[in-house]
Amino acid sequence: MNTFPEFFQIDLGIYIEAFVNWLTLHFQGFFNILTTIIKWIVFNIQNIIGIIPWFLWILLIFLCGWKIKNWKSGLSYSLMIFLIGLLGLWNEMIFTLSIVITAVILSIIIGIPIGIYMSYHPRLETWIHPLLDGMQTMPSFVYLIPAMIFFGLGTVPAVFATIIYSTPPCIRLTNLAIKRVPKEMREAAYSFGSSRWQVLTKVELPQAMPTIMAGINQTTMMAMSMVVVSSMIGAKGLGENVLIAINRSDIAMGFNSGISIVFLAIIIDRMTQMISQKYDNI
Amino acid sequence: MSEKVIVKNIIKIFGSKPKLALKKLQAGWSKEKILKHTGQTVGVNNISFSVTEGEFFVIMGLSGSGKSTLIRCLNLLTKPTSGEIIVDGENIVKYDKNQLRNFRQKKVAMVFQNFGLLTHRTVLANVEYGLEIRNVDKEERRKIAQAALESVGLKGWENKMPNELSGGMQQRVGLARALANDPDILLMDEPFSALDPLIRREMQLELLEIQSKLKKTIIFITHDINEAFRLGDRVVVMKDGEIVQQGTPEEILNHPSDGYIEDFVKSIDRTKVIQVKHIMQKPNALISLKDGVRMAIREMQENSISSVFVVDKNRVLEGIVTIDDCVEAVKNNHFSLKELLRHDYYQAHEDDYIENLLENATKSKYPIVVLDDDQRLLGIIVRTSILSGLLPNNNVNL
Repeated sequence: MNTFPEFFQIDLGIYIEAFVNWLTLHFQGFFNILTTIIKWIVFNIQNIIGIIPWFLWILLIFLCGWKIKNWKSGLSYSLMIFLIGLLGLWNEMIFTLSIVITAVILSIIIGIPIGIYMSYHPRLETWIHPLLDGMQTMPSFVYLIPAMIFFGLGTVPAVFATIIYSTPPCIRLTNLAIKRVPKEMREAAYSFGSSRWQVLTKVELPQAMPTIMAGINQTTMMAMSMVVVSSMIGAKGLGENVLIAINRSDIAMGFNSGISIVFLAIIIDRMTQMISQKYDNI
Repeated sequence: MSEKVIVKNIIKIFGSKPKLALKKLQAGWSKEKILKHTGQTVGVNNISFSVTEGEFFVIMGLSGSGKSTLIRCLNLLTKPTSGEIIVDGENIVKYDKNQLRNFRQKKVAMVFQNFGLLTHRTVLANVEYGLEIRNVDKEERRKIAQAALESVGLKGWENKMPNELSGGMQQRVGLARALANDPDILLMDEPFSALDPLIRREMQLELLEIQSKLKKTIIFITHDINEAFRLGDRVVVMKDGEIVQQGTPEEILNHPSDGYIEDFVKSIDRTKVIQVKHIMQKPNALISLKDGVRMAIREMQENSISSVFVVDKNRVLEGIVTIDDCVEAVKNNHFSLKELLRHDYYQAHEDDYIENLLENATKSKYPIVVLDDDQRLLGIIVRTSILSGLLPNNNVNL
């Protein structure tokens, strides 16, 4: 077999490592602030979710499902969440949910402006696209390592890793949506003397809304899929149970927490999808 | 009338190095050579024209002729590479951001080929858009928008969404939106091209009516020569980014400047361009009531005609008498013309197109009489003059 010449090899990773070390050294303060902020958000969301008693949650989900589709789907969603409780994973679900919600909120805050900015600067797109591809295809374990170094163990690096993984669809779809606003519509807005900001808020964003909502739906789903991975660095929640089950080869426990993740994902997916469909009739 | 818009030597070059291409263009390179060597496309090449206030000015050309680029230069949706556009004495190309916004808000409004309506807003909110941008307060802009919608016949549709409306109605919304802003200048980029022929016709007539009421300066783009000639006070014909000919429809129709225009003119339906005033004649004979029957007979015999129009001293039409009736009357010793007057003639207005005359002309026994608004006789049209008016290159009295 032919081998690639040994003297012709480089180690790219050591440069990244040096860079990470440099960041840790010089930006520790910055990371500390970030840690505090993210912790604060997760904590508060957890409290808000936690303050609502379980039976109210079930009722709430039933009503939501009923309102946006019909009573049958309302019933099936509320049954799903009831089942999570029956399996004894209610608190884990609350943890997971608060991490996912935090990550999604931050992804939206980061993703939408970047998406908009990109659509105004097509040249930037050629640079950002490969970056987005990288964020989505790089095995998520790989950036758990620097995340851990920056933020320590626990919830915060989990949120960080989730954001990296789940922001790209939000950026992509926002960018796409803004670019797809019909040229004449934009021209019409400008022809009446609109400023750029007015065109953005009165024309482009309302037009882009259905697609942006689809992006947010995808972002949420991606965030859900990171639940197990982020439990590896100590995030609590349903993922942690899966991890324990793997370590113990406990099929029953694995299934319980696995099916709970599935139920939670289905509920979140349907809810966000319905919201985006509401915008679709324009 | 004053010059509202003066366009001087507008050049628009598309591409990444417009300045380079501009130099080459000024050095006399052809557009093809520039495209080949620099990769830059000359969209509009050295166009100059002026539009007077209240004029209906039509720019006509096939696709790719640069007409859409040209009209977008007029509100700077496309910024010309060189040249001046002077509106009310100010060169708008030099405007900064705020001046430009102000200009667009107050002076000019545009109607688009595919309507450019905001599909997420109701019809009313669409019409309000321009006023909203100008920070007109809510109550007032609602009032203005409602009035604008009413003027285009869309009362009662305020709360519909644009895509619930037919194409014709959507373009009415587009027109109402432009009118709500009360601009001096209306830019219309092929506004009726997306509509089916019947609706298009109806919209053209309505636009002319609106124009006669509001006296806006209209710059109108079309690829349809019939539309151009029907609507335009003056027409510019463009080809490959350049003006081939400009003039009134009649000038272009009768003196096409080259083969390109001739080909166009061939396809035109002359009945839709030629108006009554172009083909009417001075009547050879006219009589008044007091002249009596004998005088009428003599007039008709002298001019070898079988009927003659009767007018009063102000040339207001009284009726028509025929030679047969007159001869009969003389036999029976009736000498008053009054009892012989017939009124079964057809009348026309001097601005009517002969298209609308054809049917009456075939039915009528008498010449068609052309009257002004006070019923005064301006001229008559005999069938042969309609036919000769339809022949191309026949210089009817335009």
